[in-house]
Amino acid sequence: MKFVDEYRDQAKAESLAQAIARITTSPWSIMEVCGGQTHSIVKYGLDELLPKDITLLHGPGCPVCVTPLELIDKALQIAARPEVIFCSFGDMLRVPGSGGDLFSVKAKGADVRIVYSPLDALKIARDNPARQVVFFAVGFETTAPANAMAVFQAHAQKVPNFSVLVSHVLVPPAIEAILSAPDNRTQGFLAAGHVCTVMGYEEYFPLVQKFHVPIVVTGFEPVDILQGILMCVEQLEQGRAEVANQYSRSVVREGNRPAQALMAKVFRVVARKWRGVGEIPGSGYALRDEFAAFDAESRFGVAGYHVDEDSECIAGQVLRGVKKPQECPAFGKRCTPDRPLGATMVSSEGACAAYYQYRRHEQTTQAAAGKRS
Amino acid sequence: MADTKADKSDLNFDLNCPVPITNQDFVTLAHGGGGRMMHNLLERVVIPAFGNQPLESRHDGAVLAVNKGRLAFTTDSYVVHPLFFPGGDIGTLAVTGTVNDLAMCGARPIGLSAGFILEEGLPIATLERVVASMARTAKAAKVNIVTGDTKVVDRGKGDGIFVNTAGIGVVEHNLVIAPTSVRPGDAILLSGDVGRHGVAIMAVREGLQFETTIETDCAPLAAPVLALLEAGIEVHCLRDLTRGGLATTLIEIAESSRLHVGIRERDIAVEENVCGACEILGLDPLYLANEGRFIIFVPAAQADRALQVLRAHPVSGGATRIGDVSESPAALVTLHSRIGTRRILDMHSGEQLPRIC
Repeated sequence: MKFVDEYRDQAKAESLAQAIARITTSPWSIMEVCGGQTHSIVKYGLDELLPKDITLLHGPGCPVCVTPLELIDKALQIAARPEVIFCSFGDMLRVPGSGGDLFSVKAKGADVRIVYSPLDALKIARDNPARQVVFFAVGFETTAPANAMAVFQAHAQKVPNFSVLVSHVLVPPAIEAILSAPDNRTQGFLAAGHVCTVMGYEEYFPLVQKFHVPIVVTGFEPVDILQGILMCVEQLEQGRAEVANQYSRSVVREGNRPAQALMAKVFRVVARKWRGVGEIPGSGYALRDEFAAFDAESRFGVAGYHVDEDSECIAGQVLRGVKKPQECPAFGKRCTPDRPLGATMVSSEGACAAYYQYRRHEQTTQAAAGKRS
Repeated sequence: MADTKADKSDLNFDLNCPVPITNQDFVTLAHGGGGRMMHNLLERVVIPAFGNQPLESRHDGAVLAVNKGRLAFTTDSYVVHPLFFPGGDIGTLAVTGTVNDLAMCGARPIGLSAGFILEEGLPIATLERVVASMARTAKAAKVNIVTGDTKVVDRGKGDGIFVNTAGIGVVEHNLVIAPTSVRPGDAILLSGDVGRHGVAIMAVREGLQFETTIETDCAPLAAPVLALLEAGIEVHCLRDLTRGGLATTLIEIAESSRLHVGIRERDIAVEENVCGACEILGLDPLYLANEGRFIIFVPAAQADRALQVLRAHPVSGGATRIGDVSESPAALVTLHSRIGTRRILDMHSGEQLPRIC
């Protein structure tokens, strides 16, 4: 397929991997920020191609994973109401809250629907004026423009039965939190290509200066990721720390200005809780007062609800790159995609789920082989 | 006299006869009542479509002649939504699904049953379309629908039509076609491209539009299977790739045969438009449902000849060898990716869910 196959080319991938091996002289830990990149790395086994000195850390960029438990619980409470049609992206349906997930609420009779765009949810609201239609507005800067557009249109078209449950998070504050932590291991970043398609990469200049880490804006295909790693290792080996753009076929420095303008019109920056990480100042979006009428939390009276998270799940450490999924004692035992303890085991972008899906047996095989020898 | 007349005329007016309306163009509960209306529905809609000797006897059961050999017997229920989709409908599925389950036993299908659960209010025209598809598909699969049953449920208690089909087939060979017959060194053949049915259904269900309409691959598979057996190919295992797709089927076979299955991504065909849809939705075509694709495990020495036989049939014209079976401490499936790395295929815990971004 055009525009995909050339980025999944064996010869190109191998030559990039060789180039990385040639220039690597010391151990480096590089974090890919985005869950889509984690998925590609594990799916294609890209880390197999890398020299042993390069460690890939899987970052916090899976929107399903970082949505806090209490927001899932709020979603469950709202979705269970008889007047509500609850609309969500597909992979949020299996994320466990304190008592069940959206699938189980649906099985008990709630009207929960998978949509592919918040604008589809807005259409459902217009088609069902007697029902309350709520869209679960999760995600990073990537999904924020469409969610902003849905709220903006609902306001302009006066659709009173539409609202959004907002849980938007932002990448740069998360990178700053990771770098500021005393146990930080990350020495370089692959920034999320699609986030930067919207936001550009000017936000990263202060981070690069303050923490002296290279940040390479990177795409999602195997060749993209290997090239991003090569560009990052080049800087690390040379002691440089700059913002670089591997994903130039999609990302420009200033980003998508009209999208940014719309987001700024609808949302304001607030402190947000991240599942497994805790609250990070200035790390998310909430609706501006002008659009507060579309806030599902206040419409359904769940704004004051708080809940503590499972203490066994180490998702927070996984999301900050401090631990690998298989270092969790519950991994593959008490925590599997069928019965996830934490959100990183749910979405295919979640590091734990990706490891479980593509690696679990390999570990079993190695263990079995080890016993035989 | 005048009074009598008046009485008579009143009498005429009161003759508000409660004879049911029998020519309605939608299904009513009375169609399931076992009386005249049900009789008419069967005589007008179902029996003419499926017309064959055992069915003509109007008996509750059919008597089928068998010479010798073993029998294969299977049943499946079809609850697909929407009822009609590009390239097929619930009727084509109901026949191919059961025919294919028999074919995967290496059996020649000799008779099917059809059980309908109809929802009150279903247009008779819809039933007619479904029945016509079933008849057409059965004809293509060279099998008759020889017995059946019809029930009607209250409106809201069904989804238009549910169909159950059961099938009997004759096994005319001495092979044991099962995962336990798979041996190290077997070649794995795949009958064509994968993922079309899953994407076709999802596109209609979710109102997704692509540049070209993606049609289901739904097709009966008995002909190429019987041809393999007639050609004397020592078939070890056969599986049609329905829900869960190629990956899940291979994992099941690896687990029950306790062997390692290795496949090559570049030898597995996925149509470009299916590929595109998967990229957009974040789905893996290896896990998407098919209704006209199957895999064949044969001794490696017979692989080329088996491919020749398969390619002579339109439904398996795109057959390729996708991998091999080997001895391994862990029963698992590995995929050699397009970029030369290896990954393990594991079962998904449920249906694939479209990703956020």
